[in-house]
Amino acid sequence: MDTLAQASMSGIALGCVYALVALGFVLIYKATEVINFAQGELMMVGAYIYFSLVTSLEMAPLSAFITTLVLAGLLGALIERAVLHPLVDEPAFTLVMVTIGLATVLRAVTGMIWSHDTHVFPSPIPQGAVQVGQLSISSTDLWTVGMTGGLSLLLFLFFRYTRPGTAMRAVAQNRYAAQLMGISADRIFTLTWALAAAVAAVGGMLLADISYLHTNMGFIGLRAFPAVVLGGLESIPGALLGGLLIGLIESLAGVYLDPILGSGTREVVAFVVLLIVLLVRPTGFFGAPIEKRV
Amino acid sequence: MRATGKYRDLVTSYAEDLQLFRTNVRKFWFIALIFGLTALPWAGQALGGDYLLYLLNLTAIGVIVALGMNLLLGCAGLISLGHAAFVAVGAYTAAILAERLAFPFWMTITISGTFTGLIGVVVGLPALRIKGLYLALATLAFQFIAEHVITHWESMTGGANGMAVPQPALGDFIFDTDLRFYYIVAPITLLLGLGMANLLRTRFGRALIALRDSDVAAEAVGVNLARYKTLAFGLSAAYAGVAGSLLAHYLGYVGPDHFSVLLSVEYVVMVIVGGLGSILGAVLGAAFITLLPEGMRFVEELLRTFFPGMVFPDLRSLIMGAVLILFIAFEPEGLAGRWRKIREYWTTWPFSK
Repeated sequence: MDTLAQASMSGIALGCVYALVALGFVLIYKATEVINFAQGELMMVGAYIYFSLVTSLEMAPLSAFITTLVLAGLLGALIERAVLHPLVDEPAFTLVMVTIGLATVLRAVTGMIWSHDTHVFPSPIPQGAVQVGQLSISSTDLWTVGMTGGLSLLLFLFFRYTRPGTAMRAVAQNRYAAQLMGISADRIFTLTWALAAAVAAVGGMLLADISYLHTNMGFIGLRAFPAVVLGGLESIPGALLGGLLIGLIESLAGVYLDPILGSGTREVVAFVVLLIVLLVRPTGFFGAPIEKRV
Repeated sequence: MRATGKYRDLVTSYAEDLQLFRTNVRKFWFIALIFGLTALPWAGQALGGDYLLYLLNLTAIGVIVALGMNLLLGCAGLISLGHAAFVAVGAYTAAILAERLAFPFWMTITISGTFTGLIGVVVGLPALRIKGLYLALATLAFQFIAEHVITHWESMTGGANGMAVPQPALGDFIFDTDLRFYYIVAPITLLLGLGMANLLRTRFGRALIALRDSDVAAEAVGVNLARYKTLAFGLSAAYAGVAGSLLAHYLGYVGPDHFSVLLSVEYVVMVIVGGLGSILGAVLGAAFITLLPEGMRFVEELLRTFFPGMVFPDLRSLIMGAVLILFIAFEPEGLAGRWRKIREYWTTWPFSK
């Protein structure tokens, strides 16, 4: 019982990271219909930016955190402007390929700047654990869950009550109608990428804190895909729920399946889930049925 | 995605449209190509020694995978991010058959091709329910699961240590040098290329192109989507399987590190850089990507004269990603499209644009 609760707790924390990556992914997909394979790399770059701000520039954690969000947002906007924007009406397939290229480039550039060594993340979160009955919850996990919750709430308020948020929802719903209402879709696309990159950066910082800072973090970002599909590709609550579930499944698989099937099973179990979801219910929990008008 | 038949030659009858070589000039060039390919290794050995032959063999193996990938991606419009895993299945099948069961070379190649094809059909089954981007995710999942199985099924695959593979032999003749191996891999590549060129002109190839351009319309004119999609997947995987078994025999070793998801991306880049839907494109793309590291080394030396003592381990993947983006943005028809444009320019000269 203890192991179950303990594994569930760390699974939820990991799931929060997946949820954030999946969230950024869904933001981009809803607004621009780009399946962004570089989301994991954006997450990784965010973590590295924070790392450099703290270790090289010796910034205080909070200001470094905010600067990271701004810089990551700028990077996202820059990528949209320079790479995706010129290709905006190309078929989805082309755009997927571009983001795969983007992922490769980002990983290579990160490796060039920061090397492929594993760094210990300069965590501002104090070490330690909170005892709840029999269960000890590490404070990192608590912070992760708290920050994900807080960020989700902020995003909800943003989409619900602000003008840019409403405009983004409008563009996601129907780009041409939104343009007719005087919304600049161009600007919304850039804003979306900036927002998605910033959300991914938060996920990256949290993930680097849970594990290590490494250039393979981008591949871990690929495991957000099962989360996204599970949630239904277009649904923000779906992405959050999917992320949590995938994290939970991975963590439990690590405890219960790894001894049977060999170590590393937890790393592929998400993809097994993905295959099952695709075969059984491709639209996920909250997805609209796939239909095509000819 | 561009249609292949954009600049078709003028044909006046259906029979002419179906011909493999439309003109005698083409037939001549094809025969010249066979002679050229026969003579190529000697020229290569004279110029660059065995290393050049090694690159040539790797290119030929890459061409086989690119041909299969081109069928899937360029002709049928189905994305696979798991082709490295198919190559791995082929390579391991060959390794296990040849090393553990001492099967002869020609049997390992055919069996691993067929077996990988069957796996391809199974992996392609989701393609019936889900489309484009979902399919990319399904194949990506297959890639990771396959990598995991290979690393952890130690009794079968040797786990992280990999397996040794014997050198290919026909009877008593052992293909143990780069030159000898070339004379296996080149004919196989040529045959598979010809087979593919033929296939694309048949009912099967045209059905694929129809379902790529609009699967709803294709279904409406009687193309059985389920059948053709799974067939395309199976055939493409079979090509990758043959390439994998050749690779295993050639390198004499298979290990799980060869077949990462990055390799899968490389195969996609090959087809896009070469030009979607074109056989020539598959060849050019495979050559481009295989030879890119060599070009990289040259660039590295150049960079090192400015920044002495530095290494650039990421240059290759950086260029790979940049090449992919730049080709999609500026030359979506790939190298084959560029070649066609150059040809158009000269055939219509002095009236060309």
